[in-house]
Amino acid sequence: MKRKWLSGPYVLWMVLFTLIPLGVVLYFSLTDSMTGEFSLSNLASIVDYWPIFLRSIWLSIFATLICLVIGYPVAYYIAHCKPTTQRLLQMMIMLPMCISFLLRTLAWVALLEDTGIINNFLTSIGLSPLPLIRNNGAVILGMVYNYLPYMILPLFTVIMKIDPRLIEAAEDLGCNRRQVFAKVVLPLSVPGIVSGITMVFVPAVSTFYISQKLGSPGTILIGDVIESQFKAAYNPNLGAALSLVLMVLIFVCIGVMNRFTNDDEESMVTL
Amino acid sequence: MRRVNRIFTVIVFIFLYIPMIVLAVASFNKGTDIAIFQGFTFDQYKELFRDDHLLRLLGNSVIIAVLSMAVATVLGTVASVGIHSMRGKLRSAVMGLTNIPMTNPDIVTGVSLALLFAFVGVMLRINAVLGFWTLLIAHITFSLPYVILNVMPKLAQMDPDLTEAALDLGCTPVQAFFKVVLHEIMPGIISGALMAFTMSLDDFVISYFVTGSGFVTLPVEIYSYTKKPIQPKVYAMFTLIFVAILILMVAMNLLQARDSSKKLRRKEARG
Repeated sequence: MKRKWLSGPYVLWMVLFTLIPLGVVLYFSLTDSMTGEFSLSNLASIVDYWPIFLRSIWLSIFATLICLVIGYPVAYYIAHCKPTTQRLLQMMIMLPMCISFLLRTLAWVALLEDTGIINNFLTSIGLSPLPLIRNNGAVILGMVYNYLPYMILPLFTVIMKIDPRLIEAAEDLGCNRRQVFAKVVLPLSVPGIVSGITMVFVPAVSTFYISQKLGSPGTILIGDVIESQFKAAYNPNLGAALSLVLMVLIFVCIGVMNRFTNDDEESMVTL
Repeated sequence: MRRVNRIFTVIVFIFLYIPMIVLAVASFNKGTDIAIFQGFTFDQYKELFRDDHLLRLLGNSVIIAVLSMAVATVLGTVASVGIHSMRGKLRSAVMGLTNIPMTNPDIVTGVSLALLFAFVGVMLRINAVLGFWTLLIAHITFSLPYVILNVMPKLAQMDPDLTEAALDLGCTPVQAFFKVVLHEIMPGIISGALMAFTMSLDDFVISYFVTGSGFVTLPVEIYSYTKKPIQPKVYAMFTLIFVAILILMVAMNLLQARDSSKKLRRKEARG
C-alpha cells in the first residue's frame, strides 16, 4: 500500500523533534560542562540528588492515590447521570483546566497564606491561624487540585462504557451491590484507572511550579532542581542527566504498573 | 448510596471552583491584596484594556495556538490515514513514537527541545535561536499526538466499504478521501484540533524552556510575576477569558444537544 507513506512527514517531524532531542539530552548528560569531553561525572552526581528524587516520587504517589480515591466516586456518579447532565458535568470538569494553572495555584497561595483568606477568616471568628502553606501537605493539595481532572475524565470514559447488562447479569446470579462493584465494575474500570494514574503521576512527579509556590525550601522537588540547572545555576549537562534519570524512572514506574494490570498498548484510554 | 455520592460530587466541584471564585472576586477588588476585599470596582477591567503589553502577550499566545493547531491538525490527520493502513511492527513503532511526548513529562520535552535548539544554534552560529519559531515547533510537536489519538479511533470505526463504494462510483482516491473519509472522521479532527488549541494556549512548562526574550506568551509572563507582585488586572483578564470559554462551551453543548435530538428524531422517523 502506498497510503502508509502519507505518514512520512509526520514520522520525520517526530524523529526530528522528539527522538533526536532525546539523543541530544543523552549527549549532554555524558559530556563535561566545561571541556565538552566525554564524562560520567554528571550521572555520578545524581547520587547527591537521590533524596529529592525520592521525595518527588513519594509526594506524587500520595497525590495520585488521593486523586484516585476522590476521582472514582465522582466519575462513577457522572457516568450514571442522564446524557445531557453528563455532558454538562464533563464540561464543568474541563473548564478549570482552561484557566492558567499558574494563576489557579496563586489563588491557592492566597487562600492558604499565613495572612490569607482562610486564616483571616479563622482569626476573625476568634480561632488561631493554622500553618497551611509551605509544607508537604500544601504541595500535595496543589498536585491533587491541578491534576484531579486528568483522573476523573479517563475513569468516566471507561465506567460509562461498561455494559449495563453485565451488571444485571451479576445481580441475577445473586451478587449484592458490593459484590457487583468488586467483581464487575471495578475490574472493568482498570484501563481507566491505569491511564488516570499515569496522567496524574507523570506531571505531578515532574512539577516545579507547585512546589515553588506552595512548598518551602525544604520541599523542593526534582523538577525545581532541573529548572534551576537551566535557568539559574546554568549547568545544562547536569540538568540533562537529571532529566534522563527522571525519564527512566517514570518509564520504570509505568512499566511496573502495566505489568501488574497486564495491559497492552491498545487499551490506553484517551480523552 | 447514590445520595452520598451526589453530595461528595458537589463537594469536589466546589473544590475545583474555589480558586476560580477567588480570582473572579479579586478582579473586582479595590485593594491590591488578593486576600483582603476592600470594595467593589471595575477599575481593573479599565486598566486591562489600557495595557497594550498584556493584550499583546495574549495575542502572541493566540497566534501560536492557532498556527500550531492548524499545522498539527493537517499533518496529524494525513498521518493518521497513513498509520491506519499500516500493520504489525511498523504500526506499533509509529504509535510508540506518538506516545513519547504523551508519556514524557513536559519538563523533559521542554529541556530536550531547548538543548536541541541550543545545539543547532551553535552549529549554525545563530545567536538568539530561541523565539517565535522554536516556540511554534515545540507547540506543533506536543499537539500532534492529541490529533492522532483523536482521529485514529474515528478511522477505525469507519466502514471500509464506504471508501470502496466511492472508488467504485468513479472517485479517485483523493476525491474519495475528501468526499467520504474526511466527512466521516470530522468529529475526531475537530476534537483533536480543539484539544491542540487549548493545550497550546495553556502550555507553560514547555514554552518556558523554548522561548526567548523576543517572543513571550502569556503563561510565561505570568510565571515571571512570581518575582514581582502580580497586578490585579491579570485577574480581570482571566475572569474575562473564563467567561468567554464558559459561553463557548455552553453554546457548543446546546448545539450538540440539539444535534443529537435531531438525529434521534430522524432515526425514529425512519424506523
